[in-house]
Amino acid sequence: MKLFRTIAVAAGLLLAFPEAQAAQTNVAVAANFTDAAKEIAAVFKQKTGHEAVLSFGASGQFYAQITQGAPFQVFLSADDARPKKLVEDGLATADSRFTYAIGKLVLWSKSPGLVTGEETLKAASFAKLSICNPAAAPYGLAAVETMKSLNLYDALKPKLVEGATITQAYQFVETGNAEIGFVALSQLSGSEAGSRWVVPQALYNPIRQDAVLLKTGAGNQAASAFISFLRGPEARAIIEKYGYVLDGQS
Amino acid sequence: MEIWSAEIRQSVLLTIELAAISTVILLVLATPLAWWLARARGWWTEIVASVVALPLVLPPTVLGFYLLVLLGPDGPGGWIAQLWGGRTLAFTFEGLVIGSVVYSMPFVVQPIRNAFAAMGERPLEVAATLRASPSRTFWTVAVPLARPGFLTGAVLGFAHTVGEFGLVLMIGGNIPGRTKVLSVAIFDYVETSRWREASMLAGLMVIFAFAVILTMTLVDKRAARAAA
Repeated sequence: MKLFRTIAVAAGLLLAFPEAQAAQTNVAVAANFTDAAKEIAAVFKQKTGHEAVLSFGASGQFYAQITQGAPFQVFLSADDARPKKLVEDGLATADSRFTYAIGKLVLWSKSPGLVTGEETLKAASFAKLSICNPAAAPYGLAAVETMKSLNLYDALKPKLVEGATITQAYQFVETGNAEIGFVALSQLSGSEAGSRWVVPQALYNPIRQDAVLLKTGAGNQAASAFISFLRGPEARAIIEKYGYVLDGQS
Repeated sequence: MEIWSAEIRQSVLLTIELAAISTVILLVLATPLAWWLARARGWWTEIVASVVALPLVLPPTVLGFYLLVLLGPDGPGGWIAQLWGGRTLAFTFEGLVIGSVVYSMPFVVQPIRNAFAAMGERPLEVAATLRASPSRTFWTVAVPLARPGFLTGAVLGFAHTVGEFGLVLMIGGNIPGRTKVLSVAIFDYVETSRWREASMLAGLMVIFAFAVILTMTLVDKRAARAAA
């Protein structure tokens, strides 16, 4: 049983040199950060040998799951409220919390020329406007804030359709089921298709996206390595490339 | 805080409405299909039966994905929606009905098909020798004999539609009063850490599911006694 012996030897090595081993960490990532996180995880693995296993979803969903003991060690939220709450709940370490990105909200359509600016929302010549659930996903909240700032929320409400995550809000526009939708600028990076309006920051509260090390990751090398990597220059370059603003640069 | 809020009442009523309408449509479509499947002898019979049974094993996300595309403006759904000035059947109650009918079809066809098959040829032959027309034979002999199968199919179709989640999440758009059904409402409450509402609705679902299974068991027992 050569295979068995190999496994036994490998296991022995693992026990003998824990600090020399590449570790693994499970990271909960807010849906808007999907593409950037994948790229960061790839570079992270290249540089450190550690593996970050990513799960994507709505920030609210992850918050609920983490309070119920979900096996994540790191949480990259789409807001700062939920990581703050996790620290208050005693589920995350206070000194690990920092703003890794500031998100940008975009009104986007696949049809060229449909989105020109806030007048597109005023004219409302569309049947469906897709957003993500404002209670569970911060980009949905920012979309609602934007419509309220323009005094258009009540008028547009009957046209709203909701995705569970910003990814789903994007899909509704992508498949043409909604002509227009509020998505994250990061989702449109690298494509010039359709028409878009980057919503001015004055219309909604800044989407400060905080990362936090969870208590479950206290002893996990890969988890703390991932948090520090996220603060480093390589990760910051990737984050900027995807259309986010970095903290202290806005 | 009022726990039986308008929000919850709305999603409960919507779910019952969706399940009831879907069940009626399912029975209308499933009956001739089950009759044909029970009596046809061609090699393609089982192929059709397998296609009908697909939703039993397909993940709801697969159906959800196809429906999102098919109901959309570039699919047949968009073409149908144009008839009343819409662009897409996604995010509509009608779209959910279409999805539910596809998704719950095997649960209705199977019991009715089995009931038709179980009665055998004899009662139909007897009716024919007594000069009953085929349609009269069907309505006065086959359907009454297959009644437990119809009941089982209707209850299962209804219950399965009530329990639908993944499909609705993908094509519904979470619109209160139109597509925000019970299962999605529970998901919403969990996502937003509103445990009280979530546990109340979840408890309701458990009681409902238990009642369904108990009903089915009792129907089966009665049918067995009647057959004995």
